[in-house]
Amino acid sequence: MRAPETKRPRLGLLGGFVVALAFAFVLAACRQEERRFRETPSRAGAGPIAQGDLRPGGVTPGASAPNPYEGNAHAIAEGKRLFAWFNCNGCHFAGGGGIGPALMDLKWIYGSEPAQIFSSIVEGRPDGMPAFRERLDDQQVWQLVSYIQTLGGVPPPGKPVDRAHLPAPPGEGAKSRETAPGD
Amino acid sequence: MLSPRPYPLLRYAGAALAPALLLAALPDLARAGLVGEHDALSPAGPQAMHIDRLWRALLWGCTAVFALVTGALVFAVVQHHPAPDTHDLPAPARRRVVRVISFAVGLCVAVLSWFTAETLIAEHRLRGLERPEDDGHLTILVTGRRWWWDIRYEFPQASDIVATANEIHIPVGRPVHLRLVTADVIHSFWVPALHGKRDLIPGRENHLWLQADRPGVYEGQCAEFCGYQHAKMRLLVIARPEDEFHRWIAEQRLPAREPATESERLGREVFLKSSCVMCHTVRGTGAASRAGPDLTHLASRRTLGAVSVPNTRGHLAGWILDPQGIKPGNHMPPHAFPAEELHPLLDYLESLK
Amino acid sequence: MTPQDPRPCDAASAASDAAPPAGPRAYDAWLDEASLRRTWTRAPGFYGWLTATDHKEIGRRFIATAFIFFLVGGVLAALMRIQLASPENTFLSPDRYNQIFTMHGVTMMFLFAVPMMEAAAIYLVPLMVGTRNLAFPRLNTFSYYIYLFGGILLYVGFVLDIGPDAGWFAYVPLAGPEFSPGKRMDFWAEIITFLEISALVGAVEIVATVLKLRAPGMTLRRMPLFVWAMLVTSVMIVFAMATVETASVYLILERLVGTHFFNPAQGGDPLLWQHAFWFFGHPEVYIIFIPATGMVAQILIAFSQRPIVGYPAIVTAMIATGFLGFGLWVHHMFTTGLPWIGLSVFAIISMLIAIPSGIQVFCWIATLWNGRLRLRTPLWFVLGFIFIFVLGGLTGVMLAAVPFNFQAHDTYFVVAHFHYVLIGGAVFPLFGAFYYWFPKLYGRMLSERLGRWNFWLMFVGFNLTFFPMHKLGFDGMPRRVYTYLDETGWRPLNQLSSLGAVVLALGVLVFVVNVVRSLRRGTPAGDNPWDADTLEWAAASPPALENFRNPPVVDSRYPLWTRTPDAPVVVGLSDRVQEALVTTAIDATPDHRTVFPGPSIWPFIAACSVTLLFFGTIFTLWAVPVGLVLLTTSLVVWLWPRHPDADRDEAPPAS
Repeated sequence: MRAPETKRPRLGLLGGFVVALAFAFVLAACRQEERRFRETPSRAGAGPIAQGDLRPGGVTPGASAPNPYEGNAHAIAEGKRLFAWFNCNGCHFAGGGGIGPALMDLKWIYGSEPAQIFSSIVEGRPDGMPAFRERLDDQQVWQLVSYIQTLGGVPPPGKPVDRAHLPAPPGEGAKSRETAPGD
Repeated sequence: MLSPRPYPLLRYAGAALAPALLLAALPDLARAGLVGEHDALSPAGPQAMHIDRLWRALLWGCTAVFALVTGALVFAVVQHHPAPDTHDLPAPARRRVVRVISFAVGLCVAVLSWFTAETLIAEHRLRGLERPEDDGHLTILVTGRRWWWDIRYEFPQASDIVATANEIHIPVGRPVHLRLVTADVIHSFWVPALHGKRDLIPGRENHLWLQADRPGVYEGQCAEFCGYQHAKMRLLVIARPEDEFHRWIAEQRLPAREPATESERLGREVFLKSSCVMCHTVRGTGAASRAGPDLTHLASRRTLGAVSVPNTRGHLAGWILDPQGIKPGNHMPPHAFPAEELHPLLDYLESLK
Repeated sequence: MTPQDPRPCDAASAASDAAPPAGPRAYDAWLDEASLRRTWTRAPGFYGWLTATDHKEIGRRFIATAFIFFLVGGVLAALMRIQLASPENTFLSPDRYNQIFTMHGVTMMFLFAVPMMEAAAIYLVPLMVGTRNLAFPRLNTFSYYIYLFGGILLYVGFVLDIGPDAGWFAYVPLAGPEFSPGKRMDFWAEIITFLEISALVGAVEIVATVLKLRAPGMTLRRMPLFVWAMLVTSVMIVFAMATVETASVYLILERLVGTHFFNPAQGGDPLLWQHAFWFFGHPEVYIIFIPATGMVAQILIAFSQRPIVGYPAIVTAMIATGFLGFGLWVHHMFTTGLPWIGLSVFAIISMLIAIPSGIQVFCWIATLWNGRLRLRTPLWFVLGFIFIFVLGGLTGVMLAAVPFNFQAHDTYFVVAHFHYVLIGGAVFPLFGAFYYWFPKLYGRMLSERLGRWNFWLMFVGFNLTFFPMHKLGFDGMPRRVYTYLDETGWRPLNQLSSLGAVVLALGVLVFVVNVVRSLRRGTPAGDNPWDADTLEWAAASPPALENFRNPPVVDSRYPLWTRTPDAPVVVGLSDRVQEALVTTAIDATPDHRTVFPGPSIWPFIAACSVTLLFFGTIFTLWAVPVGLVLLTTSLVVWLWPRHPDADRDEAPPAS
């Protein structure tokens, strides 16, 4: 009588091999799929209003706070929802701009770092961008920032923007991103 | 059931004694408001009644068939089995078997024909209860949103339109026409005591006719998986006598009550300068967003969060401060109101009868 | 083929084949059994394991893998029952619960039920029809690896929080790009697409085996009912799985490419998904059920020691179920607001399909009635199956009534119904079949005492778990809810149900214990411990690698009951190449010999390519060209034509 085949070790070996392969494949996806529902509430931009460096022809210095929801799928989807709910597309349309500037192109008057976009939303900006401080939660603003980052105009972190091929818009030379304050 | 306008004295006393009262009987009473009749087998309207009749026919027929089959099975196993020497069946037994099976199949066909007839009759009756749409019936637009029910009573004149959330009041004895649409994913409107369910599908409008034949509170729930809080997307259908219903509609048509006390006035200020106005409407103020439920008559509703928690001061505070704790994943963000803003805000919201 | 005429069928056989001598004794002496065994033995070690093509080995692997998925799916169900045992329970978050019920459905439907039925067929059908291997053995191996990789990757996703969470049925728009952000439903769509390739190719093999490789004399009218069941099922699989793969490809395109199949704003329709999915989804349940009816018939015959009553009626009923099963799908969509006339048509057809199922039930009972019953565990499971399945089938007839469906759809009534028909109609027969065929697979008997405990715990536990759900459905409890309020009054029945789940789980545990113990210490079984009638019991327990030394010739529907000691056998098959006799489709007259390709690594490589192609597409579109190149290469090498006699020429001379 033939003894039953000891198939468990072989199955385990093969299974382990495949699992290890797949693990390497999908490890990066972990953070992307988190759903963080219950964050500490905080009114966006609550606290003393900082004096900005905003002036004609100048830009706000790049803030350094990273986007805690960057790349998070759920946050991006929520940001897209909020973008429509809160009528951002009333001025920015679907990112192409109209009444307000486009969010899909590489021209960011007040900076394209996540924290700079955050500030623009929270503080409002001249020429019609309302201040959403007090109206939005921190989490909601970061979700909006996450969504805006996917619209194409914001380069991934660490990747420099190649602007050599872009013509300098008339009269906007002084407003380029690379100009440092006090230059 | 609390009447719409409790006496001011009672309300102040209640607010002052809130902690003590909350610990006493109030939670039980309030939580009782979270449910209504929800038994499909205790119909409260003609549609549910026809379905119940059909169910009884099916139940009797199927029980009889099941008893016969199980009885035959048990008998077949238990009865004495001869010990013949061949594998074959003797010829007379074979003929009997064929006769018995043919009879059983015939019985099957007869029962199924009966069921089919009952089904078609019930369908016909349900169709008969669907009235033509332009007959001046009460029409309610139900929009499913993740995860609450946006209710709008439609009337020819714009100023007569009533917007509310998660509670549908209907007059007893009259057919009511529901237009079912959705703003996002597929939902399903189901109030078991009154009718079967109908899906809310993007890109199409479905219709459901309801009628309650006796006053009462009937509970409903979304019945198509729609995401994180599908489980708590509930609603109440409240059937009232005709005159009460008209009174309710008239009250709902009014804009929000003006604040009567200083605290309420302060509360309205808090409401208008916070993020509340990004999503909610309070008619009569500048808050006019349609993203979230209409709060103009919030205090006239029995529950919050699509019938998740009772509408009491404590639960309202909990809902505002930490909605994700009650319905994780829903679209209302948490708020960090300090106590000196929270209490006036609650006073204001409780005044929105 | 008679012993007096042992000429090879193929008169133009290669010159290296000496004609075997006449007369059974001379032929016996001439046949080099050692050489035959060697021909059918694969290489040892890990490489040999990867390249295996023996249907019994692949069948056992399928069975083991499917059973592991069954256990895992059961654990997921246990987690759900724990969560639902008390109202407003915080054991599972809503997100985690959604992932768990989705994985439970996907596991049970795609990773357990259909593969287990195909596994039984892969193992048993060649033995039952009296041949040496499945047609297309390498395709069989390929099918297994696809299944293994798909199942593992799905669970890798689940463990890493990227598991699908929009239901096993993935309704759009919830499962679409807007409401299921991230990669979770991409996992679902891509993995379902390539996983069902496994079922499809399995079906192709079974059809080819059943129609072309039957033993001489096994006309269609003499085929065992399990073989008939698998034939009907396999044809259904070809149509149904192709549909679900099309649907999931639509979903992939919707999510990854941005098409608008389901987007009403651009001319699409969410109902398109429902139609496409349920056109597969309903036949799927018959794909799961019909093989079970075949198993039940075999067990009944063996334990009644009687021919089955109404063989032609049962075959007709199986075929009718297969056809009708494709005409019912809208009964999953009765509440979507489709026109009344359409609903009525599907209601009537849904009722109609109860008739062929009823015919089968009556035939089974009649077989029992007139039989010499031996109440052993396999028969207990069959009795339990009839009881539970009939109840489930009747609630199905209720659900076919459209107005009643309006109340019961998407409630726990439906959950009760389909668990009755699936657990009753498929799991109980599978357990019974395992007790029945375990001696054949492993050469030992399972413990009868533990088998009784197994059955009764499962039977009682199952009914305790699922019967209360009928009432819950009437009481307003919808499906797919992660919790409920205490005020609804649903707690007592939910608690009862969760308690029943514990008992059911204990029953399964007893089964595992039984299997583990019996593998080592079970009573050794002879070739035919049950005195059954079908051809697999003529082989050894477990069968030799070549299945039969001399494949049998069949002269009746119950060959082992009617054969005589000098019954004819097939002679002349080579012992130096893997050869089988091909017969005609209807009358099974010998036609020619075919040589099976031996073990090969290319199925494994092709399976890796397919996996890379689909799974990689979740993350990058580069996976499409890379995967296609790899797949094309491996398929070309695999399928490179060989001269028909190449294997013969290469075969080592008999030593």
